[in-house]
Amino acid sequence: MGLVSRGAAEAGRGAASAVDRPGPPDAVPNPTPTPPAEGADPGSSRSPGMVLKAFFPTCCASADSGLLVGRWVPEQSSAVVLAVVHFPFIPIQVKELLAQVQQASQVGVTVLGTWCHRRQEPEESLGHFLEGLGAIFSHRPWFQLCRERGSKSWSCKATHWQGPASPAASGEDQVMLIFYDQRKVLLSQLHPPTALPDRQAGDTTASAGGLAAVFDTVARSEALFQSDRFDEGPVRLSHWQSEGMEASILVELAKWAAGPVCLFLACLLSLISAASACRVFKLWPLSFIWSKLSTCEQLRHRLEQLTLIFSTRKAESPAQLMRKANMLVSVLLDVALGLMLLSWLHRKDLIGQLADALIPVADRVAEELQHLLQWLMGAPAGLKMNRALDQVLGRFFLYHIHLWISYIHLMSPFIERILWHVGLSACLGLTVALSILSDIIALLTFHIYCFYVYGARLYCLKIHGLSSLWRLFRGKKWNVLRQRVDSCSYDLDQLFIGTLLFTILVFLLPTTALYYLVFTLLRLLVVAVQGLIHLLVDLINSLPLYSLGLRLCRPYRLAAGVKFRVLEHETGRPLRLLMQINPLPYSRVVHTYRLPTCGCHPKHSWGSLCRKLFFGELIYPWRQRGNKQD
Amino acid sequence: MEDEQSFSDICGGRLALQRRFYSPSCLEFCLSCPRITLRSLTAVTCTVWLAAYGLFTLCENTMILSAAIFITLLGLLGYLHFVKIDHETLLIIDSLGIQMTSSYASGKESTTFIEMGQVNDVVINEAIYMQKVIYYLCILLKDPVEPHGISQVVPLFQSAKPRLDCLIEVYRSCQDILAHQKATSTSPEGGDKIISASNRRSHSGMGAYWHRQEDKSEQDHDPASRIGHSV
Repeated sequence: MGLVSRGAAEAGRGAASAVDRPGPPDAVPNPTPTPPAEGADPGSSRSPGMVLKAFFPTCCASADSGLLVGRWVPEQSSAVVLAVVHFPFIPIQVKELLAQVQQASQVGVTVLGTWCHRRQEPEESLGHFLEGLGAIFSHRPWFQLCRERGSKSWSCKATHWQGPASPAASGEDQVMLIFYDQRKVLLSQLHPPTALPDRQAGDTTASAGGLAAVFDTVARSEALFQSDRFDEGPVRLSHWQSEGMEASILVELAKWAAGPVCLFLACLLSLISAASACRVFKLWPLSFIWSKLSTCEQLRHRLEQLTLIFSTRKAESPAQLMRKANMLVSVLLDVALGLMLLSWLHRKDLIGQLADALIPVADRVAEELQHLLQWLMGAPAGLKMNRALDQVLGRFFLYHIHLWISYIHLMSPFIERILWHVGLSACLGLTVALSILSDIIALLTFHIYCFYVYGARLYCLKIHGLSSLWRLFRGKKWNVLRQRVDSCSYDLDQLFIGTLLFTILVFLLPTTALYYLVFTLLRLLVVAVQGLIHLLVDLINSLPLYSLGLRLCRPYRLAAGVKFRVLEHETGRPLRLLMQINPLPYSRVVHTYRLPTCGCHPKHSWGSLCRKLFFGELIYPWRQRGNKQD
Repeated sequence: MEDEQSFSDICGGRLALQRRFYSPSCLEFCLSCPRITLRSLTAVTCTVWLAAYGLFTLCENTMILSAAIFITLLGLLGYLHFVKIDHETLLIIDSLGIQMTSSYASGKESTTFIEMGQVNDVVINEAIYMQKVIYYLCILLKDPVEPHGISQVVPLFQSAKPRLDCLIEVYRSCQDILAHQKATSTSPEGGDKIISASNRRSHSGMGAYWHRQEDKSEQDHDPASRIGHSV
């Protein structure tokens, strides 16, 4: 085996026209034993009839003959082929290149075997030569893949050197070929199925070993793919080639300018947030107003998002990068929609029309309320109310409405100016415009809110009084210390007064209850309208548009798993499978990449809401929370 | 190697089971569901159009008729793309995993792949479905925390719903491959699993499951005598 010991380089150079290289015969002749290898792996247990898996990139299927370079994963007994090194080569240089790649990427890249793309019948001598290469690059098991040019018949085998003790017993294992698209596997990101809530995230990684290891190997070996096919290096590699660098000047300029622009914007944003956090705004009336207005909440949310996008720190993980990208696209879409709204408003001069229509609408609402109160003061729905209480409550509310109308008329000259400035704020985004709309609705229906609070307080007082006097009626008492109902012996005059008051409250109950019911319904209507607006704002805020677009246009980037297809199979040939990426379904994309929002979800369940309504407690289903939560 | 047999599903419709044997370690089963019949299509279309015509005579609005045509077309497209499954395929590859594919009538395919490392076993379970007791084939997944526990049950052939005879065919071939895989797996517990196969506890308290017998000669026995009892 002189070829092996010294002349491998010359023989390799002599075989430069590798296209005509015949491959080793299918039946392996017993090779002259050479001592096995340093690097042999005595720990891997081999059971007879085990099937090895070889992941082969589709781009190398038409490459010239050479050496297979990749990583061997002993736990899954699979070999991931990353590239093919062509003849001629010098073994020392190949080993140096592999060592470099190993250091750069922390992936154990080695020579796995030989690859042979032949046209005619094989020659014996090359067969021995290729066998002998196994001794230079010692690797157990040693793969020999071979393909006939122009046909789909492949053959592959993996041999294990047994050692000098048993020269004739080099075992063979069956090999299963799995083709994969190198570029897609390189760029894709595996999303394992969602772990059950009571498990830790770390437990599931152990079971997700097999294919995640393949994806991981290819993704981390990017250092190996840096060399171009036109490079004149000492070693010629065949693997996935990128189509070339971006040649557009604008893109290059944009990339170069991105750094300073980010820095400038980050400084600007930090100035704005520092200004908004200064002491003046923390004084009591202002801080109270800021917490109530949803516009301030939305502006603060957007400011935080912009700070995150333009921060000069690079994203550490792919999830953070996706989050940044989603936020940027969401902000851009928001601003675009806002500008569209603004142009539409200005084109039809809707602001002027709106300002003109606002005062009559407010007047109309107040008039309707007055009619409602007149109706309540009469005999509403045929019910008989307590005349005196009815008149008192009705007149009280009518006076409030009168105040309200006067206030609106006082504001009327300034309405158009205010609306024009508010419309201008739509260029900050559609969400800001919607938040302002919600706030305007809240301000315009402030009197309904006041009526609801009055009605609810009265009703609540009445209910508490009734329940306490009902207990007295039955001879019981609420024990504040023990927080329970205890029996108690009352004096006769206590009982008398208590029963009198109880009777009065019971007979006044329908009137108060009716007022409470009417104003609660009105309040709930206003709250529902505000809730819808907030829902829309939430949707725009949290929808991950970049991820959805990526799933639509480049589905292999977000992978839920893989799928296999069995390729044409002939008996006697190894089994060939094609591994394709199974993209993530849209619902999981939205669920995984949702942006955190202020979260205006109702805090109460329906049951507790009904309970609060019955007892007259004030309800704030869409209250903005003071501390932000994801 | 390919062969085809015909079975029936739990409602009496005809199913065709195609089995493709690629190698001792790779097997594919393709179960074709009954096709959409002209009679049912005509019935639904006539109902919708008659209802629309009835509304039209009440309202005298021609939009109702065009809306009915639109709804029928959209409904049919939606049904073919999202609901009607043409055939379901099960591909078992020794040492890789199990893959289930559902192909819809419009050509859409939805695939799930489960790695062999997560598969505990493949069993036939009983279930009570409305007024019937039916059998279904399912894959038991391993619990990452507890090595012999079961974390999830993945039912197979959900739309085809074949009967027990068809399930037994698939079950036997799956067990052959799983046994072969466990015998040649490199993990140290590979050998133990074969020995303790018959001592495995049942999964759901509601149903029974089939004990796996290492002795192949018992395959000819009447299946009814092999029903195990729930523990």
